[in-house]
Amino acid sequence: MSGFTMPSATLLAQSVLSGVFVGALYGLLGLGLSLSWGLLRLINLAHFAFAFLAAYLCYQMASMGMDPLLTLLVIVPLFFAIGAGLHALMARFAITPFNSLLVTFGLTGIVEALIQSIWTADFRKLESAYGEHRYKLAGLYIPLPELITLALAVGLSFAVWAVLRYTDLGKALRASAEDAPIAAAFGIHQRRNALLLAGTCSALASVAGVCLALGFTLAPSQIYAWIGVVFAAVMLGGLGRALAPLIAGVIIGVSEAVTMAVTAPSWAPLVSFTLLIAILLFRPGRAA
Amino acid sequence: MSAAVSVASTSVPPAKAASPWRTPVAIVAAAAALAFVPKLGLPAFYDSLLYLILHWIVLATSWNILSGYTGYFSFGHGAFFGAGIYTTSTLLSRYDWPFLWTLPVAALVACVLGVALGAVVFRVKGIRGEVFALLTLAVTFVIGTIIVNTPIDGGNGVSLSAVPVPAIGPTPSSTFYLLALAAATLTMLVAWRITTTKFGAGLFAIHDDEDAAEVMGVPTYRYKLVALGISCALAGVAGGIHALFLSYVTVGEVFTITVPLTVVLMSVLGGTRHWAGPAVGAVAITLLLYSFTAANHAVAGKAMVGVILIAAILFMPDGILPRLLKMLPRRLPIVVAGALPAPAVASAAGEVLLRTRGLAKSFRGVKALAGVDVDVRRGEILGLLGPNGSGKSTFINAVTGHYVPTAGSVVFEGRELAGRAAHLIARAGISRTYQIPRPFPHQTVLDNVALAAMFGGGIATPAAARSQAMTWLAFAGLQEKAHAHPDELNLHQRKFLELARALASRPRLVLLDEVLCGLTPSEIDDAVALVRRIRDQGSTVVFVEHVMRAVMALTDRVVVFDHGELLAEGLAAEVMQRPEVMTAYLGQPAVEKPNA
Repeated sequence: MSGFTMPSATLLAQSVLSGVFVGALYGLLGLGLSLSWGLLRLINLAHFAFAFLAAYLCYQMASMGMDPLLTLLVIVPLFFAIGAGLHALMARFAITPFNSLLVTFGLTGIVEALIQSIWTADFRKLESAYGEHRYKLAGLYIPLPELITLALAVGLSFAVWAVLRYTDLGKALRASAEDAPIAAAFGIHQRRNALLLAGTCSALASVAGVCLALGFTLAPSQIYAWIGVVFAAVMLGGLGRALAPLIAGVIIGVSEAVTMAVTAPSWAPLVSFTLLIAILLFRPGRAA
Repeated sequence: MSAAVSVASTSVPPAKAASPWRTPVAIVAAAAALAFVPKLGLPAFYDSLLYLILHWIVLATSWNILSGYTGYFSFGHGAFFGAGIYTTSTLLSRYDWPFLWTLPVAALVACVLGVALGAVVFRVKGIRGEVFALLTLAVTFVIGTIIVNTPIDGGNGVSLSAVPVPAIGPTPSSTFYLLALAAATLTMLVAWRITTTKFGAGLFAIHDDEDAAEVMGVPTYRYKLVALGISCALAGVAGGIHALFLSYVTVGEVFTITVPLTVVLMSVLGGTRHWAGPAVGAVAITLLLYSFTAANHAVAGKAMVGVILIAAILFMPDGILPRLLKMLPRRLPIVVAGALPAPAVASAAGEVLLRTRGLAKSFRGVKALAGVDVDVRRGEILGLLGPNGSGKSTFINAVTGHYVPTAGSVVFEGRELAGRAAHLIARAGISRTYQIPRPFPHQTVLDNVALAAMFGGGIATPAAARSQAMTWLAFAGLQEKAHAHPDELNLHQRKFLELARALASRPRLVLLDEVLCGLTPSEIDDAVALVRRIRDQGSTVVFVEHVMRAVMALTDRVVVFDHGELLAEGLAAEVMQRPEVMTAYLGQPAVEKPNA
């Protein structure tokens, strides 16, 4: 247990910055999870497995010479189809929210085994042109992969927010989440909308996966490392809201990074989970 | 375990008047037989495999005592298991305690931790389902983080390789096997025993409808806390044994999502509504995982477990064991109806039984009930009338403790009840029905009524309660449907089930919330006759109703509410003639305007 040490201003600023970057990734991973839970009533644990599968696909295609960002053109449609297919299965069996957690946990195990059998359990790191770029601004380092992640997270969160708020599709989705039978009575085509949304959620997971591949070392067991903290971000923000996971993710990311700088890295989980516990105790209605 | 097969009924608690001790005898006999396995001199790895099976039986079955029975799925079982592991390893490595003495302490620490957590979490009303699952998961990581950063672990793990394994069996591996066997036997006995008691019946009622259970007299908060405490203590024992089995413990391996998920998987696969379901799931999953790791296909095993989990949830959402038990011929327990109890209290009719003064309930500024004074006299049928939204249902909810009144007093038989927990009010002698019937969907009609007889009526055992419940079903004309489930009843029968349930708690005061709503005219006649018989057998009745024909026929007196206030009071025929009552129901008389 290391004592409290006050780091220098530059170090602290660098910590806050890296907290923002990792928080953006929490938010991007949480976005699809929050939409699926809040609007479809499905808690998709496999979201993390999908993100990692996308990350490995990106890694594979990039090591064959493709630009990592261009792999999105293949990966996003592929995962849209996977997500829609999974939802069709869930809808066919009328899965309850709790059972959806268990089914997608089973799926996570399958995907993990698949990844392990193709890419082994060893750590893999994507070597790309982006990884070497770092900008220096006012004495702070800004790595390019993290900047891309931040841009994608902010852009996609605002795009989803605008769709939910201003389009007929968004209004229909929110109406269905609030009262499905009444929404159906008003002529909302729920099955189609739900498939569309489920596909979008998985596509968002795959974008987060590409960001993961750009910035982090990959291993199949790492799938589980993200679950706790991303759930914390989702719950902290409130379900089914597009901008909330990003904001909550950044709050958690920054508070973790500062905790690491001030105490020791091993204390970091305490921050996110204490925040989660506090929010669940004082605002349990947010998740209902 | 073989004992699992001997239970015939899936309804809980199992109704078997014939031989109540057959199941525990079978459990103990199976355990005694299994205790001879080390004598066979099998290779040590069999001991270890059997140890792991029993280890998971303890963890899954103990988890089920809270989570399966009440439906509060905990993802924090790893934390309580881990508390046991670290208690034992700390006592062994730092204080040189003898190993066996550490186990009760491990149970105690895990139990205290669980009860402390539950005491906070169960107080918050909105925490159910997924929120409880996530909260308990978060607690696991918090405790893990604290342990890894403090001298308990120190970040390097705790090594117990220097600690001698007590010589209970002929070899160390057989010692672990025998310890786990003892723990599994204890856990199975506890899990079975709970399902045969009033406590167990209360837990299953919480699973089905916690609010209705509380209003029927189940002390839901205390029961959840006790179930969590038992569950954690057993997990703590499993952790204590496992600490020495591992001989090297690290936070990274203990405080993970793997333990809770495995336990949930086993229980859901086996069946959470049966005490032996988790054990069936634990045997299946452990053997499955083992067969893959033994054949060097650990990766394929992981995928296989995923496939099985998905298939099990999709095709057997209730679990393997209930599915198997359904194939057995179902023996209906024979329940003999007892005599109708003597009328409750024959004391002076006409005295004031319930007195409310200034009873008020607001919802964020909306005054649903704006301070009403109502007297209910013993032995009468009091009609409670008023247009929709006038506060009638709020009055019932405030009197029965479903809502805590914002202000005012509720005095029943001289005792102040305002602000007391709903289950205490039920026990004081007040029961109610819901306008939309709220039976416990997973329990038979008989068990629905028996629950009220146990908790409101103060009967101690499920068997006696069932006999009493049969009497009330006969009273309500539902004895033919005793072994049906509520979803097999029509609306009329469900309303009568509500009445039988309300009566089984032997109330001095029954509050009936629109029992006639939605019934046909001939069904209304039946219900009116039944309400009259309810009064005749000794209960005072408050009768919320819109059907005026029934109000006129039944009530001794009526009170009329409007906008949350008391508008009128008196004989029905007279009160309904008053202009202010007619206005409240029908609106202002139209004033003829001259055409311009």
